[in-house]
Amino acid sequence: MKILVPVKRVIDYNVKPRVKADGTGVDLANVKMSMNPFDEIAVEEAIRLKEKGVATEIVAVSVGPAKAQETLRTALAMGADRAILVQTDDEVEPLAVAKILKAIAEVEQPGLVILGKQAIDDDSNQTGQMLAALMGCPQGTFASAVAVDGDAVTVTREVDGGLETVKLALPAIVTTDLRLNEPRYASLPNIMKAKSKPLATKSPADYGVDTAPRLKTLKVSEPPVRSAGIKVADVDALVAKLKELGIA
Amino acid sequence: MAKTLVWVEHDNTQVKDATLAAVTAASQLGEVHLLVAGSGCAAVAESAAKIAGVGKVHLADNATLKDALPENVAPLIVEFMGHHDAFVAPATSNGKNIAPRVAALLDVMQLSDVLSVEGPKTFTRPTYAGNAIATVESSDAKLVITVRGTAFAKAKTSGGSGTVEAVSGGADAGLSSFVGAEIAKNERPELTSAKIIVSGGRALKDADTFQQVIFPLADKLGAGVGASRAAVDAGYVPNDYQVGQTGKIVAPEVYIAVGISGAIQHLAGMKDSKTIIAINKDEDAPIFQVADIGLVADLFNAVPELTGKL
Repeated sequence: MKILVPVKRVIDYNVKPRVKADGTGVDLANVKMSMNPFDEIAVEEAIRLKEKGVATEIVAVSVGPAKAQETLRTALAMGADRAILVQTDDEVEPLAVAKILKAIAEVEQPGLVILGKQAIDDDSNQTGQMLAALMGCPQGTFASAVAVDGDAVTVTREVDGGLETVKLALPAIVTTDLRLNEPRYASLPNIMKAKSKPLATKSPADYGVDTAPRLKTLKVSEPPVRSAGIKVADVDALVAKLKELGIA
Repeated sequence: MAKTLVWVEHDNTQVKDATLAAVTAASQLGEVHLLVAGSGCAAVAESAAKIAGVGKVHLADNATLKDALPENVAPLIVEFMGHHDAFVAPATSNGKNIAPRVAALLDVMQLSDVLSVEGPKTFTRPTYAGNAIATVESSDAKLVITVRGTAFAKAKTSGGSGTVEAVSGGADAGLSSFVGAEIAKNERPELTSAKIIVSGGRALKDADTFQQVIFPLADKLGAGVGASRAAVDAGYVPNDYQVGQTGKIVAPEVYIAVGISGAIQHLAGMKDSKTIIAINKDEDAPIFQVADIGLVADLFNAVPELTGKL
């Protein structure tokens, strides 16, 4: 079985985003970029399924600028077999990404597509569900455990009150949540080896997908700032404050 | 006037609170119709019809809809969208699971986690873990949005005079089946509706310590219990305790952060709380930059003392 793993290049998890002064977006110039953390978990899960003998090949895909190659090389260094970059400098919305991924899936015929539940830049949480809809496949979102058994996959999902388990017919889409696994670091020899793994470059037009945005961003602003309050000296002073608030 | 369809979050017995915020958001767009899809859920439709401002309540009662499987629910919603202009769902785990599937089937780009309605097609929504608020206008013919529960007032659960209309549909897509659920039995208030929340971070050391320190304080205050991602990752508590960008978004009257440093992604989940209280031994911890009341102290002394004195 082949596994398709879409990955996104985003602002690094540890960088605090700054809104541009002119309100047109977030300043990404000279900011450290990395693979979306949920996508790293997706790559790791695919590799574990390959190590278990369930998967035979892992294809990493990214839709983004030329620099997204670095993100794909990271996936290859972790253990993906080959990569496809759908190169565009435009911002591509989840719906268009899902359409591109559907077109790729028609060629690659994966048994599973595993991707992050959301990207930490636009926080949309849509691409996996949209891809499942377009492919007419079942979806196991916010996964904390994935087990393939024959022509089905059992997915344990993180839901509001706890956990939920669903059984899905393959091919299926799985989106990852934080506790699914802990992604490995690529070793130096594997980083070297990744440089010679195949990476194909395509364009959205190759898949006949129009990436014109449906949503227009009118303005981006800083959230209202909360200012620091007071510090109290000891527990007694805190108790007094809680009493003022009427909760003690 | 635009016609909106709100997906009602419920457990086949009662309407969940998150629905009420979605109704408020929908009422700012136009006429509010509801869809109650489930199994043996007629009572849910009856109480949903009493929500203030609600018009029609469509009741799809079918065994295939019992567990809100998106493969079965989404096509049903798509049918209804033939005669509605906007689909509105609460940004709960079910809402987030179903809405994008509906959007893609309608060829609509969804707006996730909407914070405010600015115009018939214009909304604000958080990006970058709430560090940037985008004002976004849709150019699609129909709208699909999910609504952040803490950003809208809850519609009143009485005073409405909606009419319940039974509808057929919701055939089994044959793609998925529900195996089971482990829903935590929790005597404490649910995080997203609790008035007071006591949250613990990585400083709590381990699961036992977390329970011994945080739970008694929470119980004394009748509070819900939350945790930072670090505490969840370290296995102190299950993931459904997690407050933050990737967990629950909460806005209680009082939020007490114990041993939580205040990472960006945690602040994203709680900074709209009315009063934030922080207890941390590191006086430079970022949590103090947002806290209304801070206590620099060793939590292992301060929290039991606080619990004792309340």
